[in-house]
Amino acid sequence: MAYLYFVWRNLLRKKTRTLLTVLSIVVAFILYAALGTLNYAFSMGVDLAGADRLITIHKTSLIQQLPYSYVNKVRSVEGVADVTHATWFGGYYQDPKNQFPQFPVVAEEYFAMYDTVVLPPEQMEAWRKNRLGAVVGRSLVERFGWKVGDRVPLKALYDKKDGERVWEFVIEGIYEAREGQVVDTSTMFFHYDYFDEARAFGEGTVGWLILRVDSPEVANRVADEIDMLFANSSAETKTSTEKVFVESFAKQFGDIGAIVSAILAAVFFTMLLVAGNTMAQSVRERIPELAVMKTIGFSGASILLMVLAESILLAVAGGLTGVGLAWLFISGAQANLQAFLPGFAMPTSIVFSGALLSVALGFVTGIFPALQGMRLSIVSALGRR
Amino acid sequence: MEQDILVDLKQIEKSYRKGKETVKVLSGLDLEIKRGDFLALMGPSGSGKSTLLNLLGGLDSPTSGSLRIDGDQIDKLSQGQLTRWRARHVGFIFQFYNLMPVLTTERNVELPLLLTKLSKKQRRQHVDTALALVGLQDRAKHYPSELSGGQEQRVAIARAIVSDPTLLLCDEPTGDLDRATADEILDLLRDLNEQQNKTIIMVTHDPKAADHAKHTLNLNKGALEH
Repeated sequence: MAYLYFVWRNLLRKKTRTLLTVLSIVVAFILYAALGTLNYAFSMGVDLAGADRLITIHKTSLIQQLPYSYVNKVRSVEGVADVTHATWFGGYYQDPKNQFPQFPVVAEEYFAMYDTVVLPPEQMEAWRKNRLGAVVGRSLVERFGWKVGDRVPLKALYDKKDGERVWEFVIEGIYEAREGQVVDTSTMFFHYDYFDEARAFGEGTVGWLILRVDSPEVANRVADEIDMLFANSSAETKTSTEKVFVESFAKQFGDIGAIVSAILAAVFFTMLLVAGNTMAQSVRERIPELAVMKTIGFSGASILLMVLAESILLAVAGGLTGVGLAWLFISGAQANLQAFLPGFAMPTSIVFSGALLSVALGFVTGIFPALQGMRLSIVSALGRR
Repeated sequence: MEQDILVDLKQIEKSYRKGKETVKVLSGLDLEIKRGDFLALMGPSGSGKSTLLNLLGGLDSPTSGSLRIDGDQIDKLSQGQLTRWRARHVGFIFQFYNLMPVLTTERNVELPLLLTKLSKKQRRQHVDTALALVGLQDRAKHYPSELSGGQEQRVAIARAIVSDPTLLLCDEPTGDLDRATADEILDLLRDLNEQQNKTIIMVTHDPKAADHAKHTLNLNKGALEH
């Protein structure tokens, strides 16, 4: 404890310098945690993607629709175990900023395809029986304060046949992640039949097909066969594994991982220079004091540890404060950003990696001054006075 | 009597490399210092006083010769062994006090005790005793910047004696003080020598300071003048 007190007092020796260094570390770690969270949110879909699921979209783009008849044609391809479909609805609730994903689907088929989510059987039954029924994820319920039985009007991309653009749904169920699974629960599902009949255009089409293959080994062959099946038709297809599909979707925004890594590398390189310079300067100023400590009987190793402890304490204080502040910012922005990025929440791994990174930063910036302190010659250091 | 000899130097040589040249600082030095002595080392600049003090304090090693202190052949010790030996046997007092500016008086005095296995309470008792000996109990919570030069040197003396070392080495302890304060410090050193039986070796340029010692030795060009 007495050593720690000494380390602490040394940090407070030049308060302004210490404060400014800590602040620069704080800023670096706010960036680290915020960008890391963004990267996590973008890659979350990739992590959740099933290895045995394929996605078939229009060859031109995801926006182009596929004929509904493809569902049954794909079902007949050898190696396909199950097929369903979904379509982008693109509505919002009350205000354009309240956006979240909504998909018209075939209830039982879709939930059978994604067994990582659970919907109570009685709610599934109630949904199936109600033509206007919808089910929503837990985080959506928490966001808008909805409950089962609520009527939810959405303004959509699609006009209804009656010219209305507001679609009304009744919440019949709330789905959640199955225990031990990480699942996006910010989506609304409703009946494709109702949607297809009511919409003013695009009748008889679906957004994309989702299929499960017998085993991941046959995935590539099945994908090729499906695309061959529709080659030279008016709606050619592009089939890929769900993982590849999600990755390419995320890359529409750019290679987030590479951008984040590049920014962080620049930030931490600058940080190394700033914190490293502070520590080097701090030790240089104290050479005679360190020499006196060695004279009194402190070993080179204990001098090394004290300087390192000082540098690590400085970096960890800045690092944890930065991650903490980023957590506050992210929690505050979560409600708005989850509409676009369902997984936008700081994962625990960022906190742990931030803590480790701050220790590493402290070590790297402190080790050279610490070695200088450890190796200094008492006679020549005292002779400087 | 043999057992009264605390410091025993035989044929001590010390030379440094300066570029391609070898500079001899101490040559063939023989010296015996009795336990409980108060010895003043005088001599012109460059005579080797500080080098001799560094050798006696285990801060430097002789080029050749034998250096025995309190039975320990310290010229044969490794750097690590010397560090531990210093912590147990030597208290240093410097011209410019060399206190830690970020620590209070009591924390400065406690510093050598951090190397011992004493409990916090025991350390506190030792610190109180040392501060009482130098008459600074009422300055325990002050930082060095809040003390006068004489008070700072008293703190440095308290730090030097707190672990009850065998030998006190003083390098120009009054070189930075006015005459009156210097006399107070020298009286304090004499008291420590006479009342606490501390063996003191003091390097000084000041003949009046040397008057406080029991003996004075003069070094000139690396050799003792008798």
